Amino acid sequence: MNLSQKRKLVNKFALTLSLAAMSFGLFWLIWILFTTLQLGVSGLSLDLFTKMTPPPGAAEGGLANAIAGSFILVGLATLIGTPIGILAGVFLAEYGAGSWLAGATRFINDILLSAPSIVIGLFIYAFYVSQVGNFSGISGVVALALIVVPVVVRTTENMLLLVPNSLREAAFALGAQQYQVITQVTLQASKSGIITGILLAVARIAGETAPLLFTALSNQFWSTDLNKPMANLPVTIFKFAMSPFTDWQELAWAGVFLITIGVLALNIIARTLFKNEIQR
Amino acid sequence: MNKSAKPRQWIADWIFRNLTRATAAFTFLVLAGIIGSLVYASWPSIMKFGPAFIWTSEWNPPMERFGALIPIYGTLITSIIALVIAVPVSFGIAIFLTELSPGWLRRPLGTAIELLAAIPSIVYGMWGLLVFAPIFAKYFQPAISATLGNVPFIGRLFSGPQMGIGLLAAGIILAIMIIPFIASVMRDVFEVTPTMLKESAYAVGSTTWEVVWNVVLPYTKVGVTGGIMLGLGRALGETMAVTFVIGNTNFLTDVSLYLPGNSITSALANEFAEAGPGLHTAALMELGLILFVITFIVLATSKLLLMRLQGAEGSRT
Repeated sequence: MNLSQKRKLVNKFALTLSLAAMSFGLFWLIWILFTTLQLGVSGLSLDLFTKMTPPPGAAEGGLANAIAGSFILVGLATLIGTPIGILAGVFLAEYGAGSWLAGATRFINDILLSAPSIVIGLFIYAFYVSQVGNFSGISGVVALALIVVPVVVRTTENMLLLVPNSLREAAFALGAQQYQVITQVTLQASKSGIITGILLAVARIAGETAPLLFTALSNQFWSTDLNKPMANLPVTIFKFAMSPFTDWQELAWAGVFLITIGVLALNIIARTLFKNEIQR
Repeated sequence: MNKSAKPRQWIADWIFRNLTRATAAFTFLVLAGIIGSLVYASWPSIMKFGPAFIWTSEWNPPMERFGALIPIYGTLITSIIALVIAVPVSFGIAIFLTELSPGWLRRPLGTAIELLAAIPSIVYGMWGLLVFAPIFAKYFQPAISATLGNVPFIGRLFSGPQMGIGLLAAGIILAIMIIPFIASVMRDVFEVTPTMLKESAYAVGSTTWEVVWNVVLPYTKVGVTGGIMLGLGRALGETMAVTFVIGNTNFLTDVSLYLPGNSITSALANEFAEAGPGLHTAALMELGLILFVITFIVLATSKLLLMRLQGAEGSRT
């Protein structure tokens, strides 16, 4: 075999492996989605949305309180985390260019973005739950909000940096103050990109389990009191999936199905929004 | 600043600027809060056990004797297994997406891999426990034992009871979880390589593989390392996917990867609710502190490496 043939063979071999790696990645995605669909759909029923989580041994029950709790926790966390994230992102992109505060904030923010979420839960536990003495919905909201902030900061900054400087200069030339330029020009121009970031943040916290174990915990009953433990889908799934009861496991699969569909839908909507933005 | 503007507008601008600055400073508060509160909450344990906490393997809540060796070992070993599997696979995926794939497939395939990253970890965990582990025990573990199990030295790693759940299963699930993170960073940094460099290599007769290995990879090695570190950071801190399948035991008698074990995160997730206030909670908090310090170092290194690549790229625009 001459050198040329050998090189071509090595090339073929490497590229085949690359194709195999790609199939390997897709294989898991398809397998996981398939199981979730198969086992999740069979668990779907009206009871899921109307009945409370069952005690052990009870024949029927649903996830109504967990679904409602998840909506409350995720909704409030997004409401709290989003404005903080957008304002900090504005600082990084518009005011802080080159300042040490912006550089350091960017660095810490990117670390918090990937930091283990369980640590955020421990932080809120030590800071609030252990001081008050009981698990509560509000502590879960704060923990999730702290996970929202870095995601929104990152996307807001990135989106604002895509706005061409000529737009800012045009607004300044008309005599606008910088806050007017930001609120009325650059934020407007990057609106759909920022919404993308918010959607991705919602998708991220919708499935977060670890921080809720130390904060909102779970509740077998319907409760909207933010000072009491609050039921939520991820912790309920955790509890039910680890249990030996098949009824509970079925409910857990249905819960996993709801979360997966929700999260994937949010991701796809966010991507389409962002794609349209780029094309415009 | 525009001096001729009306004072009221000037004040509004001042308020807005400082509001954004305060929210940026909020990030520091969060970081300080995490470190401060974890140190405060784990103080009783730090005082009682000192640095020996890290290399003591006994974890005995009734006797109030705690050591972090087994959870730390579990965290490190599962993350290493995850990297060993995920790095070559992610590299292959990144090559496929940047060099091989036809243009029209690039976007949908890239999106599919990114969706794998979006699936919440609890889904991986539950799927791993109820679907993957039984199949793994029935088909894969006998096959691995029959092949790798006979290799001298590393054979010991693949012996023992084939139960599905255990350190190896946890590492594999982690690998599936971090592949998308590493692959998308690798793809992004591969795309940074100037087309001119690649085309020059093709022009002197290089094959695709030679271009990737001798041109693209050397050019992007800093970014690739950053991406791997990012994946490692994720793997170290992952909770749910690991907790379901690692087996949760604080005894480890053999080096076999088939054995159940414990990781820092799974110890926290399983024991925290049952831990009474006092030393047990403090010891768990110290585990959390150790985890945060390790991931902080890994993620900071990753960030610095990726920033260096961006710095080199600065002349691009």
